[in-house]
Amino acid sequence: MTFINFEKMAALFLKYWDKYLIDGVGYTLALSAITVAGGVVFASLLALMKMSRIAPLRWISSAYIEIIRGTPMLLQFYFFYFGLPMLIPALNKQKFVCIAIALICNSAAYVSEVIRSGIQAVDPGQREAALSLGFSSGGAMWYVIMPQAIKNILPALGNEFIMIIKDTSLASTFFIGDLMTQYLLIKGATYLPIEPLVIAGVIYFIMTFALSKLFGRVERRMKRSDRQSETVRQRKLKREGAVA
Amino acid sequence: MAQKIIEVKDLKKYYNGGAVRALDGVTVDICKGEVIAVIGPSGGGKSTFLRSLNLLETPTSGTILVDGVEITGKKVDLPRHRQKMGMVFQHFNLFPHKSVLENLTMAPIHIKGMEKEQAEQKAMELLSRVGLADRAGAYPAQLSGGQKQRVAIVRALAMEPEVMLFDEPTSALDPEMVGEVLEVMRELAHEGMTMVIVTHEMAFAREVSSRVLFMEEGKLGEEGTPETVFSHPQSPRLQSFLKKML
Repeated sequence: MTFINFEKMAALFLKYWDKYLIDGVGYTLALSAITVAGGVVFASLLALMKMSRIAPLRWISSAYIEIIRGTPMLLQFYFFYFGLPMLIPALNKQKFVCIAIALICNSAAYVSEVIRSGIQAVDPGQREAALSLGFSSGGAMWYVIMPQAIKNILPALGNEFIMIIKDTSLASTFFIGDLMTQYLLIKGATYLPIEPLVIAGVIYFIMTFALSKLFGRVERRMKRSDRQSETVRQRKLKREGAVA
Repeated sequence: MAQKIIEVKDLKKYYNGGAVRALDGVTVDICKGEVIAVIGPSGGGKSTFLRSLNLLETPTSGTILVDGVEITGKKVDLPRHRQKMGMVFQHFNLFPHKSVLENLTMAPIHIKGMEKEQAEQKAMELLSRVGLADRAGAYPAQLSGGQKQRVAIVRALAMEPEVMLFDEPTSALDPEMVGEVLEVMRELAHEGMTMVIVTHEMAFAREVSSRVLFMEEGKLGEEGTPETVFSHPQSPRLQSFLKKML
């Protein structure tokens, strides 16, 4: 018996491809996308709190970030998995929702630091210029600082998405249907530990590798738009009728 | 006596609990139409003074009245007061993610609620005034330093301020570009704009200003017409400062 039997692998994949590709990849990507979307919203709130002038808001935000970053993710999963239904009875037996919330709460702590450093990397002179024109603090943030900070934040956010895809595998502890859960089910059905695992690994790799290439391309395009030739822009402005 | 626009009383700005005194009791009135040059050695408090006028620096104590309203008090609508005071920075601080035209129209549209077309029309007029109408679609990164500063000046003017504050507007420029920026400021002064200019350009200060403030160690060392300050300096500090600068 060989360590990895490729013939068995091919047969397994042909038999279970729908479990892997439709259920597994579907749940994994859905959970990751929900986490990133929810995480960014929550993280923005945390970042704004941490930069707030109101000290208690800063303390709450800092404490939250430190606690989340200082405890294992699996522990947090258990905490939300058992704890949330106790707090909110409607979430009883909604394990996908509980795990999604756990992932959002975890990811937000990391992403909030990305957002905060992205905002703080914008030249303070930009805020001063906006304020001197008569913008409120919020207006300066919205119209002047955030549009520039996003260029600092987006690349790191792409990495976070890739991290989360891998982190969701931990959620298979609760059999929520993601790719790793499918592996556990197929392993149980076939008594083969390695072959189904390698198939799952290849699929994970394809997802993360493709996404990292995709984000790299988007990032390069964003950089290029900074240097976009003036003639192109003037032509566009002319079309809009701004320049006579 | 002309109408007072800004009244500064005993303005103080301390750092580290008084160990560093950037401003140490400055009292001065600024009247409509005045062009005030603020000169003095580096670290003397010129910029802090200027930045206090629109509260980019929060003074430790003292009061500032703008049009008779105390802006240093609590519950002041700061953005409203800042609209009355245009500011030009040493490092331009144009918004890099916006085109030149958008730099000019952003504040009028979002703060004053001006229609986009009207704001753009006005912006184009302002840009032609400083000879940059053909650069409306450019982005700040594509401009020279002198062009950036001219855009920064008209960006502030687009809000129709009562006073213009200049914080060393030519200090970050290559020497050959200083002239074009000073020319714009000169025109502005001739049109009767009230201006407060922190500058190291002594010849310009002498030519354009109606009053010169000499600041050192956070205090108003000497003030007067350019003629008295530059030709008949009283204090030894001012004399030695001028000797170094001229």
